[in-house]
Amino acid sequence: MVVEHPELSSQEERYVEPSFAVRLARNQLAALLFILFGMVMVLSLLTRTFLTANNIFNVLRAFSWIAIASFGQSIVIISGGIDLSSGSNMAFSGIITGMLLNSGYSITFSVILGLAVTLLVGFFNGIMVSKAKLPPFIATLGTMSIIRGFCYGMTEGWPIRSLPRGFLALGQTDIHFFLWRIPLPAILMVIFAILCFILLDRTKLGYHTYAVGGNEYAAGLAGINTGRVKNIAFTLSGLLAGIGGILMTARLGVAAPTAAQGYELDIIAAAVIGGISLTGGEGNVWGALIGAAIMQILRNALVLLGFPAYWQPAAIGAVIIGAVMIDMYRKRKV
Amino acid sequence: MDPEARQPILSLRGISKYFGGVHALENVDFEVYPQEIVALVGDNGAGKSTLIKIVAGVYQPTKGEIYFMDRPVEIHSPHDAQNLGIETVYQELALIETRDVPANFFLGREPVRGRLGIFVDRKKMVEDTVRTLKDLGIVLPHLRTLVRYLSGGQRQALAIGRVMPWGGKVIIMDEPTAALGVRESRKVLDLILQLKEKGCSVIVVSHNMRHVFNVADRIVVLRGGKKVGDKKKNETTPDEIVKLIVGAEML
Repeated sequence: MVVEHPELSSQEERYVEPSFAVRLARNQLAALLFILFGMVMVLSLLTRTFLTANNIFNVLRAFSWIAIASFGQSIVIISGGIDLSSGSNMAFSGIITGMLLNSGYSITFSVILGLAVTLLVGFFNGIMVSKAKLPPFIATLGTMSIIRGFCYGMTEGWPIRSLPRGFLALGQTDIHFFLWRIPLPAILMVIFAILCFILLDRTKLGYHTYAVGGNEYAAGLAGINTGRVKNIAFTLSGLLAGIGGILMTARLGVAAPTAAQGYELDIIAAAVIGGISLTGGEGNVWGALIGAAIMQILRNALVLLGFPAYWQPAAIGAVIIGAVMIDMYRKRKV
Repeated sequence: MDPEARQPILSLRGISKYFGGVHALENVDFEVYPQEIVALVGDNGAGKSTLIKIVAGVYQPTKGEIYFMDRPVEIHSPHDAQNLGIETVYQELALIETRDVPANFFLGREPVRGRLGIFVDRKKMVEDTVRTLKDLGIVLPHLRTLVRYLSGGQRQALAIGRVMPWGGKVIIMDEPTAALGVRESRKVLDLILQLKEKGCSVIVVSHNMRHVFNVADRIVVLRGGKKVGDKKKNETTPDEIVKLIVGAEML
C-alpha cells in the first residue's frame, strides 16, 4: 500500500510523518506479537516441553475453533455490535450435522446443512438488530438461550456419538508439510483469517463495516446502507461460529448439547485481547487470532508449569483486563 | 452578472415538515442561484437543520416541491442528492474517527477495481485525496493518520475537502466555522469563496454574523419554521438580520 507522499511532504512544512516509535506503538499487532513472543520465550526457557512440535500443534488445534468463531465475532464487533450467540451456534452446528450423519445422510450434505442453519441464526440476529432495532446485546442474548434450548431439546440432553470416521477426519487429520504434521483445523484457521482480512481490509463492504462501527450516523449520512452491513456481519458470525463448531465436534468425536458452553466469552475475549475495540470501527482479525493464541498459550503454560487447571479462568480474566488497559493507554498516549 | 436574471439552480417551493405535532418547517420557499453563496440563519430550532437535511436527502418533506435545474425532483436518500450534484458538509462533521484520511475522503463511495467490483481501489483513493488536498491547499498530517488524531481545523478541512472532487453544483455547509479558531475560520471562509469561483453554489448555515457578511451574497432568515427574511447582502445590515432572527422588528 502506498504510504509515502513526497509531493505533499515537500510543499508542506507542517507535514508531520509520525516517528517509527509512534507508528510502532500505534500498531496494535506489533504490540500483541511482542507479548506473544515474550510468552513463547519465557515458556521455552522455563519448560522443556513447550517448544516441541507436538505441543505447539496441540495448542494450535486447541484454539483454532475459538479463533475461527472469533473472526466472525470480530466482524460483528467492528461493525459496532456484539454476538453472544456464537457459543450456542458452535454447539448447534455440531448437533444438526451429527443428527443428520446418524440418520445416514452424506458428510457433505450434513455439514452444509449444519452450517446453513447457523448462517440463518446469524441472519436472524442481523434482522433483529437492523430491522427491529434491538440492541445487539439483547438480541443475541436471546438467541444464545434459544439455540441452547434447541440443542437440549432436539437431543433430549443426550450427546450424539458414533459419528462416521470421514467426518471426524475434519478435526483430526494432520497435513504433512516439510517436517511437520500440521493439524487441518489450524490450516483452516489461517485460511479463514486471510479471507476475513481481505474482506475487511480490501473490499467496499469491509470499508463500510468499519464506517458503520466507527460512526453509524455518519455512515448513514454518507449513504451507506447501515442495516445491510450489520446484517451481513451477523450472518458471517453465525456461519463462522458454525464452522468452528463443526471442527470442534469432529475433533472431540461427540456432539454434546452442553458443548461450547461459555465459549462466547472466550470468543469475545480473543477479539478484545486482540485490540478490537468493543466500541466498534477498529481492529482486525489478525488481532483476534493472536488474542486466541495468547489465551491458549496461557492455559497451556499453566498446565506445563504445574498449576492446577482450576486456576485457569482467573489467569485468563487478568489477561483480558491487562490487554484492554494496555490498549486504552496506547491510544491515549500516541 | 445579476443572479436574479438567471434561473435558480435549486428551488424549494412551499416546503413543510412536521415531526408528529411539531411543525419544523411551514410553507418555506427557498432558492439558490448559480454561483451564489446563500447564508441560512436563524435561532436554534428555527428549522435551518431540517431545511438542509431535506435538500441533502436525509429527511423527506411533508409537503412541497423541490426543483433542481428547473426539473421537479424527489430526494429520497443522501445518494439521490449526491447523484443530482448536491453535496453536504455536516455540522457533526460526519467523519469516522477510527479511519484514516483517504477512507473518510471517499466514505460511502469508495472507488472499486477488478471485474468483481468489490475490491476497493486504494491506490486511486490515496492519489485523488492527495491531489484534492493539494489543489485546495489543505494541510493534513500523514494520510494514514486516523481522524481521531486530527485537530478540529484539520477535520473541518477534510470534511469540506472531501465533497470537492464530486463535481457538486450545490454545496451545503452546516455551521462550517463553529468550534474553529480565528485562523482556521478564515481558511474555511476562503474555501467557501474558492468554491464559488469554481462555479459552485453554496448554502452556509451559520450563527456568526461576521462570517455571514464576509462571504454571503444573500441571507435567508428562518424563525419558528417560517421564512421571515430574504435579503441581498448589500441591501441589509447585520443589525437588521439580527432583528429578523429574534423577531424584534415587530416590537
